[in-house]
Amino acid sequence: MHVVVCIKQILDPEIPPREFQVDPQTKRAVRGRASLVISPFDLNALEVAVQLKERAGGRVTVVSLGGEETPEALRRALAMGADEAVWIRDGALEATDASGTARCLAAAIAKLDEPDLVLFGRQAGDWDQGLVGPMVAEALGWPLVTNVFQTRGENSPLELLQQAEGGYRVVAATLPAAATITNHEANVARLPKVREIMLANRKPITQWSLGDLGLAADEVAPRVVVEALAVPVPEGHCTFIEGETAQEKAQNLARALRELKVI
Amino acid sequence: MVLVALVAEGETLPRPGREALSLARTLVDGGAPGPVVAAVTGPGAVQAGGEAFALGADRVLAVPGREATADRKLLVDDLLAAWEQAGGQEGLILCPGDEAGRELAPRLAFRLGAGVASEVVRVRWEGGRVLAERPAYGGKAVATVALPGPVGVVQVKDRAFEAASPEPGRTGQVEELPAAAGPERLRVVEEVREEAGGVPLEEAPVVVAGGRGLGGPEPFQEELAELARLLGGAVGASLAAVDAGWVPPALQVGQTGKSVAPELYLAVGISGASQHLAGITGAKHVVAINKDREAPIFRRAELGVVGDWREIVPALIDAVRALRS
Ligand SMILES: Cc1cc2nc3c(=O)[nH]c(=O)nc-3n(C[C@H](O)[C@H](O)[C@H](O)COP(=O)(O)OP(=O)(O)OC[C@H]3O[C@@H](n4cnc5c(N)ncnc54)[C@H](O)[C@@H]3O)c2cc1C
Ligand SMILES: Nc1ncnc2c1ncn2[C@@H]1O[C@H](COP(=O)(O)O)[C@@H](O)[C@H]1O
Repeated sequence: MHVVVCIKQILDPEIPPREFQVDPQTKRAVRGRASLVISPFDLNALEVAVQLKERAGGRVTVVSLGGEETPEALRRALAMGADEAVWIRDGALEATDASGTARCLAAAIAKLDEPDLVLFGRQAGDWDQGLVGPMVAEALGWPLVTNVFQTRGENSPLELLQQAEGGYRVVAATLPAAATITNHEANVARLPKVREIMLANRKPITQWSLGDLGLAADEVAPRVVVEALAVPVPEGHCTFIEGETAQEKAQNLARALRELKVI
Repeated sequence: MVLVALVAEGETLPRPGREALSLARTLVDGGAPGPVVAAVTGPGAVQAGGEAFALGADRVLAVPGREATADRKLLVDDLLAAWEQAGGQEGLILCPGDEAGRELAPRLAFRLGAGVASEVVRVRWEGGRVLAERPAYGGKAVATVALPGPVGVVQVKDRAFEAASPEPGRTGQVEELPAAAGPERLRVVEEVREEAGGVPLEEAPVVVAGGRGLGGPEPFQEELAELARLLGGAVGASLAAVDAGWVPPALQVGQTGKSVAPELYLAVGISGASQHLAGITGAKHVVAINKDREAPIFRRAELGVVGDWREIVPALIDAVRALRS
């Protein structure tokens, strides 16, 4: 089983709103003191892939399109259990959007050694779009299962457990297929051990440019123009309930709730 | 043309689809080039398509004979055939804010080489182009994007637009298209329900939600459940609590969980990350219990208690009982 996981390196999505700023000129988020991390749902996807490899055998390739710090994310993925990494880098990709990204990822997947399954995060934790996974599936002409949290079985058809209203459903997918991954207790990303981090340094990272992928710059030109990116004005004012003891605070809170007519 | 891409369910249009249709009508009535075309696939497409006229469609193209399928690749082919049939040169495609719409919008856009905006909360037709507004960065920012090409795709966020009530006099003739051929590569083999019971989260007038600060599964079943019962509400949770395995994913509130709009949202041991708050924008009163006075939840909350939930929540249960007796 050859599983490919597409991972995106993003600005830490957990930075508090008061530290979050945008540059109105470039219409991009300002990095500030925030670190770059692998988008959280991509970590869940990586965990699903590594568990599948541990069960069914085979290998895991991670692919990321990104800027100069991308190798850090790829090394982390290798330490978590991926076997190989591909870094798509090209100056012409600086301004690309979901469709350009999807074209590159689809071309890279087609160039890899016959993947059986390609995994994506349900959405990247920067722009929260959820576009790239379905676009790559469309580019490859593959079926896609959304909001998957776990797999079962070892061969095609592979069983994908998909989150559903009030429970989950099991979808049998004839491979090759694609899936977007959502969080679940079953796919919380493992923390690599020191030894695994060291070993990851010896694993290969392949670099592909647009030319390597057989794409021209105009094929990855953005189809969407960001007109404005604004930070909404912060919310209202919190009244803190005081009291000497927990009992007093709780009584004062109960009274305040009654005044609001919610209890 | 504004084409609304719809998947029928059992001969009716799901609510998100009706919301998208209403938006299409509003846009065209406000000056965007018409007509409003409803493209309907899925089981019962013809009957559901009939409904679309009363909801604002000028023309309805339906694909009879498409069985329920998990393989939405097939639905894309059906909908593209309808787009072609309706003219297929330029215009806007609207997709609803449900699972199908979220997959179909990027697939359709990719096939048409079009720009696409997902989870859109506002749409304007201005100076001959579409401007779409959507939250980004977990709600820490709002983006306005333009779709400049001849074709644009907009997927609207669930419940961001109101579904109009049907106009009884508006009817028409549904045009039928053959279902696209192709192998079905996905098959649903099992449906598993993990029902929690009690008041459904989305409809509860009170939601008592817990986060990582609760430290384990027991408080969700004990203290929070008791408080929720007492207040006639339901228990919710943060993503961190779901990841820890303390509660099932169905209880997750937030951008990638449920959106709730209760009278009272009580957040216990939840820090108030923007992605969590994105699920409670409709809550009337937000109250937080957190041991950290600096926690971002207090920027959203109207009332706050700084303290350990282990002391505050049991005392609150007693205090509510005392007030009521
Ligand atoms: C793309 C994306 C989508 C996401 N979607 C969602 C979503 O849908 N829903 C969601 O919830 N999150 C979502 N997240 C995750 C979100 O960013 C946060 O990581 C998450 O909400 C944190 O959960 P928490 O508040 O329970 O945990 P923490 O941030 O760890 O907060 C725990 C809080 O508990 C308090 N606490 C600890 N002990 C006590 C005590 N004894 N008494 C009182 N208070 C105590 C602490 O002071 C702290 O404030 C998403 C993230 C991304 C990137
Ligand atoms: N630059 C990228 N490199 C690799 N994978 C990506 C990239 N951008 C998006 N993806 C994948 O597509 C998913 C959805 O991204 P998005 O459509 O931006 O929300 C992410 O969770 C990743 O799995």
